[in-house]
Amino acid sequence: MLAYLLKRLAALLPTLVGISLAVFLMIHLVPGDPAQIMLGERADAQTVESLRREMGLDRPLHVQFLHFFGDVLRGDLGRSIRTQETVGREIASRFPATVELTLAAMTIAVLGGLGLGLLAASRRGGPVDYASMVLATAGISVPVFWLALMLIYAFATALPLFPVSGRLSAHLHLEPITHFYVLDAVLRGHWVALGDALAHLALPAVALSTIPMAVIARMTRSSLLEVLGEDYIRTARAKGMAARQVLVRHALRNAFIPTLTVIALEFGYLLGGAIITETVFAWPGLGRWLFLAVQSRDFRAVQGGVLLLASLFVLINLAADLLYAWLDPRIRYDR
Amino acid sequence: MTGWPRLAGALLLPLLAACAAPDQGDTLVFGRGSDSVGLDPALEGDGESFKVCDNLFETLISYEPQSTALRPLLARSWEVSADQLTWTFHLRTDVRFHDGTAFDAHAMLFSLGRQFFADHPHHQVAGAYKYWKDMGMDDVIEDMWAADDSTFAVRLRQPDATFLSTLGMNFCAAVSPAAVGQHGDGFRRHPVGTGPFRFAEWRRDERLVLVRNDQYWGEPAFLKRLIFRPIQDPSVAFLELKRGSIHGLDNLSPELIAQVEADTNLQLLTQPGLTVGYLAMNMDRPPFDNRLVRLAVNCAIDKQALVDNFYQGLAVPAVNPIPPIMWGHNDAVEPYAYDPDRARRLLAEAGLPDGFETELWSMPVPRPYMPQPDRIAQAIQADLAAVGIRARPVQWEWGTYLDKIFDGQHPMALLGWTGDNGDPHSFLYVLLDKTAAQRPAQNISFYRSDPLHEVLVEARRRSDPETRLRLYHRAQEIIHEDAPWVPLVHAEQTAAFRADVRGFRLHPTGIKWFRGVRLAR
Repeated sequence: MLAYLLKRLAALLPTLVGISLAVFLMIHLVPGDPAQIMLGERADAQTVESLRREMGLDRPLHVQFLHFFGDVLRGDLGRSIRTQETVGREIASRFPATVELTLAAMTIAVLGGLGLGLLAASRRGGPVDYASMVLATAGISVPVFWLALMLIYAFATALPLFPVSGRLSAHLHLEPITHFYVLDAVLRGHWVALGDALAHLALPAVALSTIPMAVIARMTRSSLLEVLGEDYIRTARAKGMAARQVLVRHALRNAFIPTLTVIALEFGYLLGGAIITETVFAWPGLGRWLFLAVQSRDFRAVQGGVLLLASLFVLINLAADLLYAWLDPRIRYDR
Repeated sequence: MTGWPRLAGALLLPLLAACAAPDQGDTLVFGRGSDSVGLDPALEGDGESFKVCDNLFETLISYEPQSTALRPLLARSWEVSADQLTWTFHLRTDVRFHDGTAFDAHAMLFSLGRQFFADHPHHQVAGAYKYWKDMGMDDVIEDMWAADDSTFAVRLRQPDATFLSTLGMNFCAAVSPAAVGQHGDGFRRHPVGTGPFRFAEWRRDERLVLVRNDQYWGEPAFLKRLIFRPIQDPSVAFLELKRGSIHGLDNLSPELIAQVEADTNLQLLTQPGLTVGYLAMNMDRPPFDNRLVRLAVNCAIDKQALVDNFYQGLAVPAVNPIPPIMWGHNDAVEPYAYDPDRARRLLAEAGLPDGFETELWSMPVPRPYMPQPDRIAQAIQADLAAVGIRARPVQWEWGTYLDKIFDGQHPMALLGWTGDNGDPHSFLYVLLDKTAAQRPAQNISFYRSDPLHEVLVEARRRSDPETRLRLYHRAQEIIHEDAPWVPLVHAEQTAAFRADVRGFRLHPTGIKWFRGVRLAR
């Protein structure tokens, strides 16, 4: 197990070099001079040139890359050109918002997705099966942008149950501890803020959960159906076990491995920040920040940000791989 | 009651309480399209940063609440030497920075000196003193010093009539030397000025909170707290305003104007801004080297239709490069009327009876002076086609677009300008003087007129307003005669507020002052 872990961690390094190179090339090859974009209409030749020099853009591309990678190895992701803030700090100030939203969305997605999948598989071919799969297909195909606006119109305007956007009402003050507002409100015992933070979380979490929920539901259904055809299920049924117990205790646990892969992948995607959801709901997370960085060709912010998120994504998948062994004792990583 | 319902109840009650109309007391929440970049007035270059700095910092001289006429602020009075070179400012002695340190001539010397003296300990910063460079201050100023605690002096290299107006701009604001010393580059996150509000808290992309400066030297602000909230999606921002969770927002998208006007809980504010949107014809490329062709294009475009269709009426057709509210605008210049027949006759006279093929370049992004550049380009394209000019639309990504037009690769291009100090020099010299036609050029018509150059240089040197006015009127006549542009529109600024917000006024320069704003309850 330990050898496997070390091997996987060692394999991380070339992956990260590859990612860094790809990100670096992409942001440097797209059209648009960062200096020019930053200065806009007011750019005069001298200022553009001195800004280019200051940002190191006048050096050859490979020299720029080596500098960037050398800094990364020293743990320095660089400074945002736009704000002159370290990229690490920029990310740290937005990450909690993204994680909080991701956790809320994934909770809804996993509960909803497993439920729908179970329901569909246990009533295969019936109306319930069709209805839940239609719902899952709808979840994948409805544009998030549209859904988000509809949720706002329905539940924040027509029926003003929830706030329109943001993380916390402007008039409320909650001294952050962890920067996870729900948790902070509990830790501070600030119950009004807790309700407010949850209310703010509700609509964006629902909007964000639809795609992962649909993917999880479909995967759960298909892998459950596969497992339900196995001999040991027939044996369990033959022993006279209740159908529900067979489904939950025997089938679901084994069918869960492919579903777990999907959950880990979706979790990784969402952690990268959901640009559309964050934009519509004015949620101060990573997606919006990264989008703005790309738009303004803040190449240092993009390089550092994407590299960090990609590493996180790889680590989450590693964690999922390790979980397989725990779920299914037949999976061993000794060799 | 079992556990679950009880827990649900515990969560639901405060949730419902939170959704009830919040009691915001003396707090005003202002929505805007994006967050500030930083809060050091000398380092920033974007409107969202200045919007906050306007309330934290103050300058020696400022503008009147609704015009660009000058008024004393941190300087009680000033005088200039006989040779028009040395300006002496007599400062207020009752002003303190938010950190309690005193504002005096040494603090002023620090604030401007860090941008000017290359050997100043705070001259090297992360970022750049953009505006100082932009406004060419190193070429304007020869030296500066504190004569005593309350007297600050600046010596210019040559007489410059625009100098005082420039001093009213954000980058010339007084910053606390103690705070800059303490925070260094971090001053952008811990701003300390002398303004009516002081900085309290900033959660990036979420909220930026200012609180009233109770030790303010002048009339204190009404509001106890002023919160800036970035909301990127304009329709979501509007829903927040309708619901009352924000009190105001600026830069309304045109399609929301009618909805604001129809809602009795809201008020719409508009103000002619210091902007111009224009169509530049590249005089280095035929046939635009021919004045008759340029006149034909001027007669072919229906500016009023652009105003009606794309600005919801919140703009005026442009006659001159500078907006009519700006001091120095020449009202006597007769606009080229929309007249397709005359345009066709002019083309025939120019030897192009069948018109010609060309390209019309437009910006890929909305700008304050042109909210829908692609649709405006389509309308202009149709107008031109009607007189025989077949213009192919061309778009590039924003940075590339600027690169290429500054390099003169376009035959015709849309662009615009926003002035910041209310002086005609900041439009005419920067955009149309022959010195600005060197690549990469701001003068994207590549219009090189010696008579205009002489007039503009003279106007900057002269200090008496009468002479300057005469010179700027003459400059606009020359430009109108040569027609390097089609000046299209001057867009108005817009803002929407809840009906109970009193005392907010839009300023021509885009400054957002909240000191006189209060909530009527």
